[in-house]
Amino acid sequence: MNSPFNKIKSSRRNLLKGSASLVFALGSGGLSILTIEQSIAQTLAEAPRAIGPENLDTWLSFDSAGRVTTYFGKMDMGQGVDTVIAQIVAEELDINVSRVSVVMGDTHRTPDQGGASGSSACRQGAIPLRNAAAEARRVLVTRAADVLGVPVEQCQVEDGTVSVSGAKDRSITYMDLIADGFDTDLDWNGNYGNSLNVSGQATPKTVDQYQVVGTGVARKDIPGKILATTEFCHHVSLPGMLHGRCIRPPVANAVPVSVDENSINPWPDARVIREGDFIAVVADTEWHAIKASQALKVNWSDTTPPFPTQEELFDYLRNAPAASDSATGGFRGTPYETAPALAAISAAAQQIEAEYEVPFQSHARMAPSMGLADVRENEALIYSDTQKSHNSRNGLAKLLGMAPEQVRVIWKPGPGSYGRSDADEAAFEAALLSKITKRPVRVQWMRQEGHAWDPKAPACVIQCKAGLDSANNIAGWYFKTRGFSGWDVYFNANDPQDTLVGQLTGYAKGDRHNFGVPGESYRFTDSVAFWETVPTLLDRASPLRTSHMRAPQEPQLHFAHESFIDEVATASGLDPIELRLSHLQDEREIAVLEAVARLSNWDSRPSPASRSEGRGEGNILRGRGVSMATSFGGFVATVCEVEVDTSTGRIWPRRFYVAHDCGLILNPRSLRTTIEGNIVQGTSRTLCEEVNFDESMVTSEDWLSYPILDVMEAPESIEIDMINRPDLPPGGAGEPSLVSVPGAIANAVFEATGVRIRRLPLTPERVKAALG
Amino acid sequence: MPSYQFTLDGQPQAVEADADMPLLYALRGELALKGPKFGCGLAQCGACTVILNGTAIRSCILPISAVAGTNLRTLDGLPTEAGPHPVQAAFIAEEAAQCGYCTNGWMMTLVAGLERDPNVSDQEIRNMLTGLKCRCGSHMAILRAARRAADAMAQDATVQDQVVQFDPQTDAVDLDVDTDREAQA
Repeated sequence: MNSPFNKIKSSRRNLLKGSASLVFALGSGGLSILTIEQSIAQTLAEAPRAIGPENLDTWLSFDSAGRVTTYFGKMDMGQGVDTVIAQIVAEELDINVSRVSVVMGDTHRTPDQGGASGSSACRQGAIPLRNAAAEARRVLVTRAADVLGVPVEQCQVEDGTVSVSGAKDRSITYMDLIADGFDTDLDWNGNYGNSLNVSGQATPKTVDQYQVVGTGVARKDIPGKILATTEFCHHVSLPGMLHGRCIRPPVANAVPVSVDENSINPWPDARVIREGDFIAVVADTEWHAIKASQALKVNWSDTTPPFPTQEELFDYLRNAPAASDSATGGFRGTPYETAPALAAISAAAQQIEAEYEVPFQSHARMAPSMGLADVRENEALIYSDTQKSHNSRNGLAKLLGMAPEQVRVIWKPGPGSYGRSDADEAAFEAALLSKITKRPVRVQWMRQEGHAWDPKAPACVIQCKAGLDSANNIAGWYFKTRGFSGWDVYFNANDPQDTLVGQLTGYAKGDRHNFGVPGESYRFTDSVAFWETVPTLLDRASPLRTSHMRAPQEPQLHFAHESFIDEVATASGLDPIELRLSHLQDEREIAVLEAVARLSNWDSRPSPASRSEGRGEGNILRGRGVSMATSFGGFVATVCEVEVDTSTGRIWPRRFYVAHDCGLILNPRSLRTTIEGNIVQGTSRTLCEEVNFDESMVTSEDWLSYPILDVMEAPESIEIDMINRPDLPPGGAGEPSLVSVPGAIANAVFEATGVRIRRLPLTPERVKAALG
Repeated sequence: MPSYQFTLDGQPQAVEADADMPLLYALRGELALKGPKFGCGLAQCGACTVILNGTAIRSCILPISAVAGTNLRTLDGLPTEAGPHPVQAAFIAEEAAQCGYCTNGWMMTLVAGLERDPNVSDQEIRNMLTGLKCRCGSHMAILRAARRAADAMAQDATVQDQVVQFDPQTDAVDLDVDTDREAQA
């Protein structure tokens, strides 16, 4: 074997050679293209920036071309948050937004702001950058006033140039004032993660002063993605890099007994790496790694299949002993009492009960996990599309036996990951393989792994009860969820115990429990909402391990909660919106519900309409349904109009109407596409998505066995009333509207058919069976 | 290893590879293209789509040996010195991507289809695109972009008056398309 870094394959041509398109795309920007070798050497040699949150220089730097770079400890998952960050920084600095670049998720360059998490990029993550930019403007204007010989009050700023009021020729640019940086202290609240905040002496602008924030600035990342110039994480290549493919057992929990290394002899550049129960094949070329990994003969242990059958899943959820509950689990326990609600329901004139079932769902990212690692004696460089690079850095350091400072994780864009998906896994596997082989290793999961082995959204059973008094008022309310833990693997990779390769090499998985309750402000006399989790089906390297998936557990909870409120409305003979309004307390929830009623021309009456009232003809039945969601600082009410084809069972959610309040709107253009994406993904989760499995393994392992919404089923229209709240801080928009979808569709299907389906997804087969 | 010659975005290319290696691995590997992406390796998602002799195909399952002598077009090669392809211009104008990983497939399928016949109904656009996967749910913006591209191509209109700047720091390209300030909602 050659020395690790001198066997450099010139596998990548000069990027510019023979490509008119790239010359066009590069324009005359004068970019100097580094060779790959220069680039990697430079990256490894690059000293960490001083990224103490209390230093202003941590957050902003200026270059000689008059550009500002801002350093954001979160990252964009495809909703365009970096553009909003640029708007906010540009606003406070009084500089054109096109001059602002945003570096995201590089552990050597950005502070630990907790990564992409809980729709927090704007409502939390942007605040320290806003405050830092405001302070930067104050410092620079103070310096300018000194140079220009006028009081600060006589200075004005336009696109990064400070001039004297009334004498524009007396001016100086930020660039000429920055010198070696700011060298300015900020007050830091001492937190890392989502709640990290800093402030300076400057007061940030008020909303009425905003020129750029609140406007539809074009997303900075879009042209590069469309013109094929963006470097996704998947494009990064290192000299001497090996390609790795992991070997998974045919039966979950089986471990390798022996490996026949001769079985990959046809590919002399390929070899087997085994560490504990983890097996991989590495090869010089990607195709040989794939071929060899498929050919490798492994003798697996004879393991008892660990899972119930899929048909038994919901009985397991009903009957398994509770592992934890909302009084003891979660971030902090919330005591609850069931007796008053149950007593009130029993004493009521009419009892309504229903039970809802939601299966496992998969993140099913557009591309399965990949990671690239270059692990050396005392340092490691990792490329990953993780949502939380600082946490991954900590976990990788532990896996490699290094200090966190010795590990640099660079986030690069990848396929939308939507929670604790498989994204982190391959980086950990690549790191281990690089440590062993002393070569850079790129691990790319195959499609089967992406579907079958990613952490799943937890399946659950939700039991609802309500009592109606003789005047049809709700006299008691009971909402109980039994599900797998949302933290079966934790929502970040801060420790190898929460990764497959960690668990296969000796790190025992923790036993952490969380689920959740719906977030709306409905007030019912004597009500209780609580959860219990059941033990995981397999506590080591499980393809059915569960974790966060976009709006963790909330689509499940709100499917049940918003369906059941409609069931109560039907029992009480009330219009579904009227019933909701009569129990809501929060002014913003009332406002979105009233707004969506207006937007959808809601015809107030009890559901379902009778067929003679015109809810369909022939095989096509039509119905409308409403649902609410309050989560992550967003308030949403959604109406869906569906068509149900009774001959096929096919549901087409033809039109959506969405009233959306996430506080101050920062960029209405990217907010709209973000909401649309939520609605379509939520439709997919409602109509299509269920992880299939048998007693041995997950059997949903590609797009045929785990279908998602096709463009033929995409809605005809999504009308959105984006309610701006300039008086309120920005809330979250990355998740809340998705949460509103399952209930809206299910309620519309009931309205159309008169049949209530309490089990997701609403597949054609399930609809046909329900219609009888 | 055998060598296979073909035309790639107007330039002659030769790739040495095992005969059964899918085209995608040459495009992503030795040829270092950024448009076609690995999504499934099963021809189920479309992220790897390229245009072969005028037809949109899934490069993740097509053996490189089957490509010899053909004419290939990729997303990377679509722009000309005059500007982006009308489909690209429409996707930029409509911001028809969330993460942007799958977008190659939607665009290349539309390029092949609309260059053949841009006079298409909304339903014909859906028929053209069925089977492609987008996990982020960008379908509504993609359909708007497709409509915009079809209309532009039907009128033989090109979008060539856009200012294109490359940002060496962020590897992003700023196009001055539709950046009008939207009224606050």
